[in-house]
Amino acid sequence: MRRLSWFNTVSLTLGFAFLYIPMIILITYSFNAGKLVTVWSGFSTKWYGELFRNEAFLDAAWVTLKVAVMSSSIATVLGTMAAYVMVRAGRFPGRTVFSGMIYAPLVMPEVITGLSLLLLFIAIGLDRGVLTIVLAHTTFSMCFVSVVVSSRLVTFDQSLEEAALDLGCTGFEAFRLVTLPIIMPAVVSGWLLAFTLSLDDLVIASFTSGPSSTTLPIKIFSAVRLGVSPEINALSTIMIGLVTVGVIGASLTSKRSIAKRQKDEQEAII
Amino acid sequence: MSDAATAPVSVFAPWEDAQAKPLIQFQNVTKRWGDFTAIDDLSIDIYPEEFFALLGPSGCGKTTMMRMLAGFETPTEGKILIDGQDVARIPPNKRAVNMMFQSYALFPHLSVAENIAFGLKRDKQPKDKIEARVEEMLSLVQLNKFANRKPHQISGGQRQRVALARSLAKAPKLLLLDEPLGALDKKLRQDTQFELMDIQEKTGTTFVIVTHDQEEAMTVASRIAVMDHGKIIQVDTPSKIYEEPKSIYVADFIGDVNLIRGNVTKTSEGHASISWAEGQSELTGIARSEIEAGAVATLAVRPEKLSIYTSRPKDQTNVIKGKVLDIAYLGNMSTYVIETASGETIKAQVANTRRIQRRQITWEEKVWLSFTDTAGVVLNQ
Repeated sequence: MRRLSWFNTVSLTLGFAFLYIPMIILITYSFNAGKLVTVWSGFSTKWYGELFRNEAFLDAAWVTLKVAVMSSSIATVLGTMAAYVMVRAGRFPGRTVFSGMIYAPLVMPEVITGLSLLLLFIAIGLDRGVLTIVLAHTTFSMCFVSVVVSSRLVTFDQSLEEAALDLGCTGFEAFRLVTLPIIMPAVVSGWLLAFTLSLDDLVIASFTSGPSSTTLPIKIFSAVRLGVSPEINALSTIMIGLVTVGVIGASLTSKRSIAKRQKDEQEAII
Repeated sequence: MSDAATAPVSVFAPWEDAQAKPLIQFQNVTKRWGDFTAIDDLSIDIYPEEFFALLGPSGCGKTTMMRMLAGFETPTEGKILIDGQDVARIPPNKRAVNMMFQSYALFPHLSVAENIAFGLKRDKQPKDKIEARVEEMLSLVQLNKFANRKPHQISGGQRQRVALARSLAKAPKLLLLDEPLGALDKKLRQDTQFELMDIQEKTGTTFVIVTHDQEEAMTVASRIAVMDHGKIIQVDTPSKIYEEPKSIYVADFIGDVNLIRGNVTKTSEGHASISWAEGQSELTGIARSEIEAGAVATLAVRPEKLSIYTSRPKDQTNVIKGKVLDIAYLGNMSTYVIETASGETIKAQVANTRRIQRRQITWEEKVWLSFTDTAGVVLNQ
C-alpha cells in the first residue's frame, strides 16, 4: 500500500468532510432523546417509533412510491422508444429538432417545467392528484432514460439486428428478441435513474400535486418550515440507509458479473 | 491450364453452359448515395452451387452488392433476380438467403445451440425438428460439446463456426459470407478455408463470399469477380484470373507481377511481341486480337515464370539481361530483383530446392532471365 502525501491526505479529508458532515449530523441527531435538534441529550430510537405512528408521513411515503414506480415505468418505455428512433431511424426530416427537443427538459429549469405542466392541467381541466404527478414526472424523467439508453444503442453492433432480420425476424421481433435483451442493463439503469429522480423531486411535484396527494419531499419540506423535528431526521436516516444498501448492492452485482465474464472469456481461450 | 470447354463433363462450369439457369442475376444494377456511386451499371449471373468470390479493395462496392442480395439495401436502378424472381420488394426476413456477418453477429445472450436454433424458431417449426436440425448443424461444424456455451465462452475460431452453422441452419438457397475469415489468424484461416469448401460441397448451397484477400478468393472460389469502383473488371476462374488477366488492374491486383511496357512490333496467332528497351531483345507473350502492331502495350509476367541463369541461355524466346540488385530469402523460395541497364527492375522467383549454402547467384552478379512465349500476357494500356 502506498502512503498518501500530506497534500493528498488534506484534499481527501476536506472533500469527504464537505460531502458527509451534514449527513453525519443528521443521522446522529435522529438518535437524540430530546426534542431539540441541536442539543444532544442521550441516545434513543424513540423518534423512529414516532415516525411509524405518523399516518401523514406514511401516506406521503406510499404516494411517493406509487408515483415513482408508475412514472419511471412509463418513462422507461417512452424513453427507450425515443432513443431507439433517434439512434436507428437514420436521417429523417426534422431529426435534429426532435433530438434537441427530447433533451431540452434536461436543461429546462424545473420551475418552468412545473409551471407549464400546471397551466396545462388547469387548461384541460384535469384535477390535480396522483395522476398529474405521474404525468409530470414521466415528462421530465423520460429524457434521462432516453439519454442512458441511446448511449448504449450507439455502441450496439447493428449487424446483430440485421442478423435477426436475416434469420426471419420482423423488425419488432428483432427488437424484442435481440436488441432489448442486450440493452436491458441500460434500460434498467434508466428506470432506476427515473425512479430516483421521481423520489426526490420537490419542485415539479409541488406544482402538480393536489391536496389528497402529498409526496414525501413535499411533506418533509412543509414540516421543516414549522421547525425541524427529530422525526424528520429519522425518516431521512432511513432513506439514506435504503439508498446506501441499494448502491452497494448494485455495484456488487455488477462487479460479480464482470468477474464471471472475465473468467468465462479466459476459459474460452484455454 | 485446362480449358473448361474441352475438359471432361464432370468439371463444374455452369457459366460455360448456355442452358444453365442462373440463381442470381444482376441486371444493370446501379446504387447511389447522393453523389457517390457504389455500384455502377453492373450485370452478372451467378449459378446454383457456385462458390463465387467478390474480390476488390475496400470501397469497391463488393459489400454493397452483398447487402443488396441480403435485402439490407435496394438498388437505385436495375433489377436483382434470385431464382428468376425480382427481389426488390422482398424484405430480408422473407428471402431464402442467409448471411454470415463479418463480426459474426452472434447473439451474446443466447447459447450456441439457441443461436443456431434462432432462425428455425422464427419459421415455427416443430420443436423436435428444430432440435434435430440444431444437432445436425453442430456436428457439421464439430461443436456438439459447446452447445450450451455462450458466445463469449468460446474461442474466435469456434465463434466463426457457430456463425456459419447458424446461417446454414435454415438451408438457404444462397449463403452470403462477408469477409468470413477476416478475424482469424493466418494458420486458422487456411484450415477454415478448406473447411468452408468442404461444407459448401456437402450442403450444395450457393456461396457468395466477399473478400479483399486475393489468396482466400483463389483458394475457395469457383469463380472470382474482380471489382473496382463499383464495376466488375473481370469474372473468371481463379486460374484464368491469375494466368490470363484481361487488364493491367487485374494482373496487378492478383499476386505479384512484372509489368514491362513497350511498343508492339508484330502480332501473330494469339501472340504479340514488344520492344521495350535499348540493348534488350524483344519479348513475346500471348495476346488477344485487339492488340495491334505499333501500339503501346504492357507485358505482364509472373515472377515465378522467370528462370534465372548465370550465362546467356540458348533456345529461349524471351531473354532479359541484367544484374542482381537484391535477394529476398523467403524460406521456400527466393525472390531476385534484377536491374537492367536501362534502370528497370524485374522480379524473378525461384523455388529453393537446394540448401542455401549451395546457392550460386549472388549480389551484383550478371544474370539472364528467360521465360517461354506463353508465360506472359500482352495487355492494352
